Amino acid sequence: MAIHGLEALLRDHPRFRGMPEEFIRAVAGCGKNVVFHKGDYLFHEGEDANDIFMIREGLVSMEMDAPGAGPQTFLTETAGGMLGLSWLIPPYTWTFDARARTDIRALAFDATCLRDKCDADPALGYAVMKQFMPVIVERLHDTRVQMLDLYRARS
Amino acid sequence: MLAPDLHTDPMVPVLARVTRRIHELSDIVTFEMEVDGWQGFAPGQFNMLSVFGVGEVPISISGPLSDRSKIIHTIRDVGPVSHALCALRKGAVLGLRGPYGAPWPVEAARGRDVVVVAGGLGLAPVRPILYELIENRDRYGKVTLLYGARSPREILFAEELGQWRSRLDLGVEVSVDRGDEHWHGHVGVVTGLLRAADFDPANTTAFVCGPEIMMRFAANGLVEAGMAATDIHLSMERNMQCGIGLCGHCQLGPVFVCKDGPVFDWAFLKPLMAVKEL
Repeated sequence: MAIHGLEALLRDHPRFRGMPEEFIRAVAGCGKNVVFHKGDYLFHEGEDANDIFMIREGLVSMEMDAPGAGPQTFLTETAGGMLGLSWLIPPYTWTFDARARTDIRALAFDATCLRDKCDADPALGYAVMKQFMPVIVERLHDTRVQMLDLYRARS
Repeated sequence: MLAPDLHTDPMVPVLARVTRRIHELSDIVTFEMEVDGWQGFAPGQFNMLSVFGVGEVPISISGPLSDRSKIIHTIRDVGPVSHALCALRKGAVLGLRGPYGAPWPVEAARGRDVVVVAGGLGLAPVRPILYELIENRDRYGKVTLLYGARSPREILFAEELGQWRSRLDLGVEVSVDRGDEHWHGHVGVVTGLLRAADFDPANTTAFVCGPEIMMRFAANGLVEAGMAATDIHLSMERNMQCGIGLCGHCQLGPVFVCKDGPVFDWAFLKPLMAVKEL
């Protein structure tokens, strides 16, 4: 029953909409439902990137700790968002902290499980990459705009 | 106070008197002012405000449509004229010409969902729309305001945003480019909020105001969400000097922003914005 639940969630998720059913099943087979409480860390910088999180409810902040200044939030992700891209490329290590700013419900996919399935079936690998590439590109575009500091006063 | 017909000679300012000065942020001030003979305005229109001996600048009207007893302008101190304007105190007299410009097509949004995307000081020109949407809430579908600011300390109209957020019939999301330890909301570009916004793209009217790059990204994001370019309206800022289409300083391709705009739809603006020389 749990697996069917995950498949349905994936099918309804904009990122996975239109993905062939056998690939949905393969991805869902690596997933589980997880819950974090406000203030919990989903992961820390430097840890192995073992999970891919798909946020179902709540707000997660992505932070880097600056000595003397504390955690610096550079991005937040909310319901419908994907968290974490470091699982895609070696050395599969998180490069920031992720903290629950509210109670969080999410799907967590085992990164090793998904990578192994993608390696074994390049068609699945390509389909999964097609779901994640837009996340990477959107992040890049958003970061570019954020760096422009558009709201700064200009004479 | 002088009481000339505001429309007799559009190049001659009437006198306005500051009745209230509200310090919004370190470099932003809101003024309430009164002018004899003021007949009201349409949302999105602007006035040419002048400090005598200093100069004149176009400033959007940021108050409610329903209150004709006062004119409200929110001004950022960025140049010599706006600096002189921001220094005015209660009782000061300044010059005013207007209102000018084509308004936001709020009527076209009746019965439809409405998405308002604003960035930084761009919240001021869309505030009259928000007052209209709130005052006549039953005339519209889902109403969503997405606002982006530089940091939590630079959120404009923060108290009012808080009141709007507490309403069950408005969706209000605020994102900042840089958070701090006290900020528990979204961090990231305002256009990122569009991806989670709940509206029917086939039956939505969008109003977008902010820095031009932000508006381009927002308009593209709304189109990606399924909206028609003709349903997306942007308020342009160009070098407006006369306010009535005479001087040509604000020409943008075939139009004058001051007279034909400042509000245009994305279907019209997109090809023009792609021309760097304009």
